[in-house]
Amino acid sequence: MTTALFYLFAALLIGSALFVVLNRNPMYSVVALVFGFANLAGIYFLLEAYFIGALQVLVYAGAIMVLFLFVVMLLDVKPDKPRRGLVHLDRWWFAILVVLFLGLLLGIVPGAVRLITSVPAGHEADIGNVERVGQALFTSYLLPFEVAALLLTVALIGTVFLAKRKI
Amino acid sequence: MIDMFELLAIIIKVLVVFAGTLVGIMIMTLAERRVAGFIQYRLGPNRVGFGGMLQPIADGLKFFSKEDVIPGQANRPLFLLAPLAVMIPALMTFAVIPFGAPMEIAGRVVKLQVADINIGLLYILALTSIGVYGLVLAGWSAGSKYPQLGGLRSSAQLISYELAMGLAIIGVIMISGGLTLNQIIAYQQETGWNIWKQPIAAFIFLITIYAETNRLPFDLTEAEQELVGGYHTEYSAFKFAMFFLSEYANMITAAAFMVCLFFGGWDVPFIDEAALGGWGVLLSVASFLGKTAFFLFLYILVRWTLPRFRYDQLMRLGWKFLLPLALLNVFLTGLVLAVKG
Amino acid sequence: MAVVVKTYEPKFWDRFYLPAILKGLAITLTRIFVRKDTILYPEHKHVPAPGYRGLHRLNKHADGRIKCVACEMCATACPSNCITIEPSAAPWDDGEERYPIKFEINLLRCIYCGFCELACPKDAIELTEVYDFANYTRDSLVIDMDGLLEVYEVTSQGSIYTRQNAGQPVKVAQQL
Repeated sequence: MTTALFYLFAALLIGSALFVVLNRNPMYSVVALVFGFANLAGIYFLLEAYFIGALQVLVYAGAIMVLFLFVVMLLDVKPDKPRRGLVHLDRWWFAILVVLFLGLLLGIVPGAVRLITSVPAGHEADIGNVERVGQALFTSYLLPFEVAALLLTVALIGTVFLAKRKI
Repeated sequence: MIDMFELLAIIIKVLVVFAGTLVGIMIMTLAERRVAGFIQYRLGPNRVGFGGMLQPIADGLKFFSKEDVIPGQANRPLFLLAPLAVMIPALMTFAVIPFGAPMEIAGRVVKLQVADINIGLLYILALTSIGVYGLVLAGWSAGSKYPQLGGLRSSAQLISYELAMGLAIIGVIMISGGLTLNQIIAYQQETGWNIWKQPIAAFIFLITIYAETNRLPFDLTEAEQELVGGYHTEYSAFKFAMFFLSEYANMITAAAFMVCLFFGGWDVPFIDEAALGGWGVLLSVASFLGKTAFFLFLYILVRWTLPRFRYDQLMRLGWKFLLPLALLNVFLTGLVLAVKG
Repeated sequence: MAVVVKTYEPKFWDRFYLPAILKGLAITLTRIFVRKDTILYPEHKHVPAPGYRGLHRLNKHADGRIKCVACEMCATACPSNCITIEPSAAPWDDGEERYPIKFEINLLRCIYCGFCELACPKDAIELTEVYDFANYTRDSLVIDMDGLLEVYEVTSQGSIYTRQNAGQPVKVAQQL
């Protein structure tokens, strides 16, 4: 049951992710991305990390993507036209990005696999627990947490400054 | 492994909650019109059935038999998706709300709640935030300006008020120490309703649920007088009915949520439901329904009393009053908890 | 002359809005229990005030003869030209030499101004209180002389709506 659901969610997730990248209407991309986040949350639920799953929906799908949708709506982006010509600046960028992405994958995947396999069994049940997440956030990861908070504050102040010329 | 008894119990609960929500929606649509009439020295619809009882069914039949128009300038796939995106979260939300004391059948305890997941509160918040998409997509995909404006307003409004709502709930979570509604209700049974301990949070929450369900005085997304119908201007027939139904479903859920968080859920004060057996369960369900009905009535009363906020007033109230107040409430709660140890 | 401009100065409590909101809620709440003004129409009918201008009627003398002398003053006065009269020599000889053989009013053209009533030298045409004569076809809303006389029969015995509300079945002219 769980395995079947995992494959279902994973297939939907990959499908919607491909849809995000491949289709040419930005509105559809946003909707597909939201759907992808929902599936990702489904996978978290299967791992019994309910808290993280709910946050995934609440923060990414519920808040951030709404703003994306907002922006795409307001900018009134027309569906993209396919570009012509074999040697195009975009293609070079694309090639560079592919190389970087593959490098990133090669760097991350072995570490991630080692991390996953090294977690002792029986420990997974409360890994996504509110208390566990909170404790990790405020003890071992306190510095990154605070740095992120500072970054967000800076961004907030910058936005207010840009939006309001006269303060 | 799930055994037959539990499976059956779950199926029955799902059906009961689903049917209950639909019946609640029907009663609400009728109650809204009749109470509106009473407030305005009228009688309201009273012809179909006894005292207008069957009016919602007549309305439903009318929605079914109307012509379904899809505007030519609309973005078809998203236009069709939007009503579903509103309706499904609206009907799913009620799943985590416990509507009665645990019941004992054939020696086994059945919780009167469809799903007792350990992050019940976040589940509700997540689904309400998902509900925004339907409104925004409906506004955008219709390809006309009134829905567009309604969609923009709704997304900005819901995001702004979600923050204050979430912070108000955090106060409750802090004192009761649990993310499930069952824990919060159990805490309230022991120590009294949260309204006495978190009056500020209750006040903020009450205001924000009006904004989250797009009800007056915060119904700027619909604002008949300025936006025709807001995001659902271009919708007709059953698609419009879906928006309409989900609005009422959201109201019912929000009222039930309010009851669970601040008014003890199904708890009846000074009575031990567990000691009364079957009657206790019945009493608890009745108390839950009664409290929810009170808040639903308040919804209607407020709608026919207060005028609509202007958009800048709405934003000012949300960001400059409710949000700092909610933060202050969290801070004070934390302070009290720290002092108490 | 000095103009005194009154400005609204919110008092301390007004800044919180809540007292005003609660007051408003209290008002609407009490209205729920107040007696309602609705008249349940088909069962109970509104009785118009005297002078109401509704359906027309043609009056009769005490001996049952029609008062109208077909002078066509009403048709002349009518701003919407809804009255059609065909006069004829009267069969009786007591000074009134003409009488109508056809008297039709197109109720859809009529604007119920009451000019015909004012123009009539014999008080023969009158507007009654009858208002519920809606119908499905245009033809059925052209009332003829028999109909107008029947309206007189029905309405000359006091308000028909008071009688209907009291439970008496009163039919308006041929159920127009």
